[in-house]
Amino acid sequence: MSTHGDDEKGGVSRRGFLGGVAGFIGVTAVGSTAEATPVPKAEIYEASGLSKLTLQVNGRTHSLLVEPRWTLLYVLRDRLGLTGTKPGCERGECGACTVLFDGVTRYSCMTLALEAEGHEITTIEGIMAGEALGPVQQSFADEDAFQCGYCTPGQIVAVEGLLRQNASPSIDEVREGVSGNLCRCGAYGHIFKAAMRAAAMKQVS
Amino acid sequence: MSLPQFAYAAPKTLEEALALLAQHRGDARVMAGGTDLLLKMERRKLAPAVLIGLKRIDELRYIRFEPEQGLFIGALARLSDVVEDAIIRAKYPAIAHAASRTATVQIRNMGTVAGNLCNSSPCADNAPTLIARGAKVELVGAQARSRWLDLEKFFTGPGATALAPDEIMRQIHVPCPPGGSAAAYQNISARSKVDISAVSVGVHLTRRDGKCHDARIVLGAVAPVPMRAREAEALLVGTGMDEDVMRASGEMAAREARPISDVRASSEWRREMVAVLTRRALRQAWDSIASAHGGIVNR
Repeated sequence: MSTHGDDEKGGVSRRGFLGGVAGFIGVTAVGSTAEATPVPKAEIYEASGLSKLTLQVNGRTHSLLVEPRWTLLYVLRDRLGLTGTKPGCERGECGACTVLFDGVTRYSCMTLALEAEGHEITTIEGIMAGEALGPVQQSFADEDAFQCGYCTPGQIVAVEGLLRQNASPSIDEVREGVSGNLCRCGAYGHIFKAAMRAAAMKQVS
Repeated sequence: MSLPQFAYAAPKTLEEALALLAQHRGDARVMAGGTDLLLKMERRKLAPAVLIGLKRIDELRYIRFEPEQGLFIGALARLSDVVEDAIIRAKYPAIAHAASRTATVQIRNMGTVAGNLCNSSPCADNAPTLIARGAKVELVGAQARSRWLDLEKFFTGPGATALAPDEIMRQIHVPCPPGGSAAAYQNISARSKVDISAVSVGVHLTRRDGKCHDARIVLGAVAPVPMRAREAEALLVGTGMDEDVMRASGEMAAREARPISDVRASSEWRREMVAVLTRRALRQAWDSIASAHGGIVNR
């Protein structure tokens, strides 16, 4: 098997460092380790153990233990209790799980939680303006841009991501911006209107 | 997404990644964006013991243009980076366009062009245009072994490539576009634009003295790997590229294609679409050469 590093008591192992690879490498390592010997060591998260992870979510720092196979979606919902982000297809097609990753939209269902370390994650909960709705949320309410509402958090985060990249999108750019988010109720017309309204609201505020 | 267990290695240099790959030969997979690989793991088509994540290897994250040599796209350049890159948009617009036609916004913010190639789907959106533009890929192995391969020869079958088990694709190189040349990409799916391409066509044309001097036509999703339509290309060279010639070339390309029927489209429909998309791509490329040179090309 691939991993080594010792399991610590309680089944919790820390990240291991892979040694023994120096034979393949004839150059000095540029890693962050401050050792005298130039042996490169890649950080390893073990398959069966839990590794300590620090995540920045909605401006707060969370320390938790994760398995490598845990997705960001799972960690957000089941470990951090941020259930606004929805599981849908869980294979990168429907967009219900959309979050912002350093301000850029991505699917949390196919992002490994441990790859989110060092990045600022924003979920639907993080785009509130305090206790009030954020402009994109308010626009969705004003335009009645949903029916069952299940895809709505993902749609709103997709629009938020679009507007952070492009403050005054054309209607075609809006269509493109939410093209990775499916709405099986077919509320698209209202979603596009809500996005345009949100752009206008953000310009004013 | 419920994934099988795996260990995750996070090397910071390419050398470390290659050493890990050599050490875990056959039992490790390299991951950039992960948008294809994790899906295969979720479906239990793959269950590597180790995932080697490339994300922390900053030396692979670049798009660079050298006036003498051309374009270099590093393994970690995301699809959205290629879509938005000012130089690619100006000098290689068809390559930016093909990247923009790949999947959805969120996937483009995660997945890489190199990953799209290494996944070796017959319908990979980025392959036809890159092949048409004469792209090569650099494959590196343990002990800093490096080799360059024509992208056209990189694909060996659906999901299969010329990558050796200990190799990683470091970068993609696209030569400078020759003077008086242009490329174009056309794709279609039976449903919406975010659906996977059922047929795609990339073309590259060079114009001299008002005639077609060089032509490359690459078809996607109609054969086990992206394929050149060489007879269709041959019909164009030396002609003035009128409507009849382009139509004949499209029909020849349709005859050369070897499409199958699957969940996305029938083979008959695919063949017809090859003819249509080839003609459209040829027209688009030829017109853009003319407009770039004020309608007069004399080289």
